[in-house]
Amino acid sequence: MQNLTFEVNADGVAIITFDMPGRSMNVLNEASIAEYGEAVERVLAEVNIKGAVVTSAKPTFIAGADLDWVLALADADLPPNQRAINVYETVMRLQKIFRRTENGGKPFVAAINGLALGGGLELCLACTRRIVADDPRIQLGLPEAKVGLLPGGGGTQRFTRIMGPLQALPLLIEGRAVSPEEALKLKIVDEIVPSGELVSRAVHWILCSSPEDWIKPWDRKGYKVPGDDPRTLEGSFAFAAANALQRKKTYGNFPNLDAIQKAVYDGMMVPIDTALRIETRLFASLMTSDVAKNMVRTQFVNLQKANKQERRPADIPARKVAKLGVIGAGMMGAAIAHVAAKARIPVVVVEKDAESAGKVIQHIRTVNPKGAEALLPLIKPATDYAALAGADLVIEAVFEDSAIKADVIRNVEAACPAAIIASNTSSIPISNLARAASRPERFIGIHFFSPVERMQLVEIIKGKETGNEALALAIDFVRQLRKTSIVVNDGRFFYTSRVFATYTTEGCLMVQEGIAPALIENAGRMAGMPVAPLALCDEISLDLIYRINQQDAKDLGRAFPGSPAETLIERMVANEGRLGRKSGKGFYEYPVDGRKRLWRGLAAIAPLKAEQPDVETVKQRLLTIQALEAARCLEEGIVATPADADVGAYLGWGFAPWTGGPLSYIDMVGAKAFVERCQDFTARFGERFHPTPKLVEMAGTGGRFYPSAAKPQKAA
Amino acid sequence: MQDCYIYDAVRTPRGRGRPDGALHEVPPLDLAAHVLRALRDRNNLDTSLVDDVVMGCVMPVGEQGSNVGRIAALNADYAETAAGVQINRYCASGLEAVNMAAAQIMARQSEVAIGGGVESMSRVPMGADAGGWFTDPEVAFKTYYTPQGIGADLIATKWGFSRTDVDAYAVQSQQRAARAWEEGRFARSIVPVLDELGQVLLDQDEHMRPQTTMQDLAALKPAFAAMGDAMGYDAVAIQRYPEVETINHVHHGGNSSGIVDGSAAVLLGSKEAGIRMGLKPRARIRAFTSIGSEPSIMLTGPEKVTRKVLARAGMTTADIDLFELNEAFASVVLLFQQLLDIDPEILNVNGGAIAMGHPLGATGAMILGTALDELERADLNTALVTLCVGAGMGTATIIERV
Repeated sequence: MQNLTFEVNADGVAIITFDMPGRSMNVLNEASIAEYGEAVERVLAEVNIKGAVVTSAKPTFIAGADLDWVLALADADLPPNQRAINVYETVMRLQKIFRRTENGGKPFVAAINGLALGGGLELCLACTRRIVADDPRIQLGLPEAKVGLLPGGGGTQRFTRIMGPLQALPLLIEGRAVSPEEALKLKIVDEIVPSGELVSRAVHWILCSSPEDWIKPWDRKGYKVPGDDPRTLEGSFAFAAANALQRKKTYGNFPNLDAIQKAVYDGMMVPIDTALRIETRLFASLMTSDVAKNMVRTQFVNLQKANKQERRPADIPARKVAKLGVIGAGMMGAAIAHVAAKARIPVVVVEKDAESAGKVIQHIRTVNPKGAEALLPLIKPATDYAALAGADLVIEAVFEDSAIKADVIRNVEAACPAAIIASNTSSIPISNLARAASRPERFIGIHFFSPVERMQLVEIIKGKETGNEALALAIDFVRQLRKTSIVVNDGRFFYTSRVFATYTTEGCLMVQEGIAPALIENAGRMAGMPVAPLALCDEISLDLIYRINQQDAKDLGRAFPGSPAETLIERMVANEGRLGRKSGKGFYEYPVDGRKRLWRGLAAIAPLKAEQPDVETVKQRLLTIQALEAARCLEEGIVATPADADVGAYLGWGFAPWTGGPLSYIDMVGAKAFVERCQDFTARFGERFHPTPKLVEMAGTGGRFYPSAAKPQKAA
Repeated sequence: MQDCYIYDAVRTPRGRGRPDGALHEVPPLDLAAHVLRALRDRNNLDTSLVDDVVMGCVMPVGEQGSNVGRIAALNADYAETAAGVQINRYCASGLEAVNMAAAQIMARQSEVAIGGGVESMSRVPMGADAGGWFTDPEVAFKTYYTPQGIGADLIATKWGFSRTDVDAYAVQSQQRAARAWEEGRFARSIVPVLDELGQVLLDQDEHMRPQTTMQDLAALKPAFAAMGDAMGYDAVAIQRYPEVETINHVHHGGNSSGIVDGSAAVLLGSKEAGIRMGLKPRARIRAFTSIGSEPSIMLTGPEKVTRKVLARAGMTTADIDLFELNEAFASVVLLFQQLLDIDPEILNVNGGAIAMGHPLGATGAMILGTALDELERADLNTALVTLCVGAGMGTATIIERV
């Protein structure tokens, strides 16, 4: 056996220890499962073996199923209907092995010494008993839902039978992991013991237990699943509400979440062996569905890659920013300083006067009242650039004006010539700003998103002359902040702002066409976008959009307003004085008490047309325009790879997670169908939907952005 | 084919659908038997002539399980040769039962049949039968299931019926019902429920509040707002109707049908059967049908089924003297009125379920009797009876006096 060791102790108890060679964590894959199955059968067959303890030699227990292996199953070279059956049969073999530990006639105790997720926890759930070490950092959970899958190793059925269906559902759907203490409360584990005693206590229990103790409740006669029963009046209301809330939150965009709900509902009505088959069938269907593959690829595989940051120049040694400078204590500057302080990086914040500099303290106190005091010693507000001396990295976050920024850059260079200088600009090309630097190779863009405290993505922009040292430090810095960076090349608005602006712009264009605002907003959410387009405009602030539009026109020397969308924004801001959420009124009204409501006056500015489009068309317009722009960015070399485009979209503005990202979306629709749709939309709605030459080429050849499932490194 | 005639129609008064309701102590099988006995006794009916007893019951579980149609007939001491069946087309069951009985007669499968219904909502509450429609996630998602109250509020939102509009309709229902009782307009159909000692348990619809004013109703909180929000149903409805920004919740207990106990039965037969029974026919069944429509908004069926049944009868709304549409929720009636341009003076002239209550499986047969009584009282000819129905259905029947 290569992946685990099997020893029988003096008392006749087998100790099965997972320890896969060449890996930092144990995973379940074809080999380790087969060996576990052998080990289980040996325990059950050999007369002198009384039972088994299952544990791990690594710091963690088992991290889950090897996604590499699972994805390969899903893409196996078989006719489509057979692929799903192949997955079904493979997973059923695992289910059967687990079931043997549950009802094979001898006790199996999972001695959980560390993290157990997904299939790793499911292995434990099937064991006779689960004891866990008393380390509060241990994570126990079934996170499959987070990557477009469902727990296919008995997790949905055993959670349901342990805690009741409506208690199990939130854990399954959120994919949330819990600590040992919470796991004990939920009865996911039976006991918490000091980690040194884990195996000995497991052995002891086996030796002292009797066959009565080994039978799970659901293997006893007359067993009833605890909690709500949908066949009763009260239970039916509770289940109906759970269904409605699921629909409310996910709009039917996540087949895996619907499948989890169905697995719990169908499974609870039947004996467990039947239930496990139902669960496995649903898992197999998902594995061969586009949504699951898209989500696994973007939210797991490519996100991990992005976090490993393969774009970092290999020859530059890793560095940590020991002192950060931030110029500007506005909304962005203050928030950047805040997250740096949270990462224990000392920050100097420079502003034109003391009061402005003090805004950073105010900001931190406002958004982080509990943690502020601990952070403030790391923050030094200043009015003199000299305070920056010794900084490794200085980020300017001043007003979006090239001249002002150029001035700042020169001052920073003078104060700390050794520092890497970065700009948080969202629109001005880095190469342009770099002209103010005497050493442009030390100048780079580091673009944060608002609210900085919550947004995971940071866009790093290479100017034409940005050097490797600057790039490496920027990447290292973002990693210090525990955020994820994508590296993009220079261009107006770079990648993220450029693409998601098409979403808000399309919303405005549709208003001007006379499409009902309620329809536009609902379509945005139903398409899977986290915020509806007009609501998003209000969040960003209509006057900011207005300024950006005007600046853009000025920079490019074009007419303003240049489109009905720009006309609408100008009308809202300049004529109606509606600036967005911050002023209590934008496309929505924001009453002090109560929910926001679409502004009734919008119909006077943009009269509704008599015939309204169907919601599917509106959804498609909103997603298609973004996907097109992302494709353009790839073709122009703004983003280097489809993975960057998709991860950036997912993290940067929450682009419909169920699609896996804008380019995954095009793959899902199919290049040919997508191009046909673009041509149809061009004719009906405008030139902006014109497909790119590359896309037209892909439509002809049947090309894809992702030719086959990517090879992931880690487990689910 | 032969014509089907209505020979008699009876109903119990409606008791409050709560433990303190006057009919709460009457087991459902007794309640159902009560109207069957009344039909027999009032008409000197030889029950061995009855081919089938079709009874609507929407919660056919517990005490209302086991086919109340057949068992109530036995319980009423009908001849054992009278078959019986329980049917469920939700709120229209009582009318559907009449329609099915009529179809049997017209097709010459039966000569005499009874269509009616029973519902003891105080003993077997709404929802008692559970059901996979809303509990099975796959089905709930597919059908965009939302409870009927949300549908009613969605109708009010989409067609612009304000809180004032629906409350005004409710006040009218109360006033018309009160007037009808005062004037004895229901006297021919009502069979008071007595205990075994002959004492009156109930002889009048006890849900009514004749003194209801707009002010009284204005004080009531919308009944479905919390459910719509906290349980997610508003969001589901809006996903089905994405042109709606937010649902305006206007319905409450005072402008929705009352929860009550009651039963009803209608005696139907062919011409020859009438002669054999020694009874004069009161009306002829002219046409009947059911339809399906969008199940999520659920309650828009009446206009569509009315158009269909009129077309089948070769008639238009102008040919109908009286309309009877079950007042499940005020907005349902207001919508029907608007879409078909119906004169409110000939619609629900004696009030409806908002004032008197809606015993689910029985109502359809009750309002048929109400329409028949009113045709006779006012010396009019044709009436159209219809109800909105769960899961988007609608049922309608046209009768004409003979």
